[in-house]
Amino acid sequence: MSDANSTTPILGPAQRRGDGSAPSTLERRLPPIAELVVASVALMLSGGVYLAAHLPHQPPLAPAVGLLAGGGALTLAAMMLLSRVRPFAWGTFFLVARWALLAYVVIAGILGFVFVYDHTRGTTLAVLILTLVVFAVDVPTIMAFTVARYHQTGSTSGS
Amino acid sequence: MTDTAHSNGRTAPPHLAPVEGATARPPRSFQIVPLRGLPVVAVVLAGLVATIASNQLWAIDFFHVVGGGMWTALDLFLGFVIGPILGRLSISARTEFTTRFMPKMVLIMPTLVVCTLAAGWQLARHLGDLDASYSHHGWIVASFIVVAVMAVIALGILEPANIAVLFELKKPEPNGEIIGRLMRRFIFTAAITGAMQVATLVIMTRIATA
Repeated sequence: MSDANSTTPILGPAQRRGDGSAPSTLERRLPPIAELVVASVALMLSGGVYLAAHLPHQPPLAPAVGLLAGGGALTLAAMMLLSRVRPFAWGTFFLVARWALLAYVVIAGILGFVFVYDHTRGTTLAVLILTLVVFAVDVPTIMAFTVARYHQTGSTSGS
Repeated sequence: MTDTAHSNGRTAPPHLAPVEGATARPPRSFQIVPLRGLPVVAVVLAGLVATIASNQLWAIDFFHVVGGGMWTALDLFLGFVIGPILGRLSISARTEFTTRFMPKMVLIMPTLVVCTLAAGWQLARHLGDLDASYSHHGWIVASFIVVAVMAVIALGILEPANIAVLFELKKPEPNGEIIGRLMRRFIFTAAITGAMQVATLVIMTRIATA
């Protein structure tokens, strides 16, 4: 925080490519990984709202299970697409992903604790916990992917 | 944070041109996650868990009202007051503000959100508002939907952009086009976030006076 160097040049694309260097990471076309995971987050939250709107009574679980399955499938599809991206700044990706995962496991854990504490039990609790698990995987994945996609391969700057 | 973009994308504006004769500089020295703030976050979250576990109504209400009030106020103030001001500052001023301000938001916003939601849930349960037979249950469900919309925007769009901008600014030669593209997300979502926060105020005041 002590050295925000205001004279460091912030370069535009013309300047970056003018010397024949590698194309900008902006121009690279990547699979819709972020879009898939954001859609998964939306499905997880929809499932959470559906269940929460019915508590403390047990609602019909089919819609919530369907949303959970759909969101989980989108997350898996995103992971498969991501695993095939070459080259990719995996060092940066995992640097961000592991710390974000730690943070969102804590957040999901607190939310899960509230449900358990409130005596939510059985299948409803299982669906809620699985929803939180997918949610806790989704958010770090979006963060890590968004950061890593703009990094040159092998670059891990940041803290 | 609606308007801290460094460029609008396709072509490099003159103010993003490199300084004459400049070479790559050492990365800016700032922490993307301010480590000194982590103990504060830990204390707040521990207080939240203890409050829920002890089921003290006043403390639960405190976490929900304080967390929610700060969340709403920050969102509206940043989106509609600070953002437009930042948009009129010089690039160097915006960069310096961003590197000092945004790391703090990495800790502040998730902490406020989890305090508001967890305490709010427990408060609603305590007061019987969660029960479908509650006369204003519709408002409760509406608040769930509003929070879900804000969560998708915050977690899926804004928070990743925030982190990515900070990583970009740590590079020896930050790419103005990347920063501009990421910061446009804040501009595009400001209206939605603002509308959702105003809806939250309406819903919460309706419930409180029901």
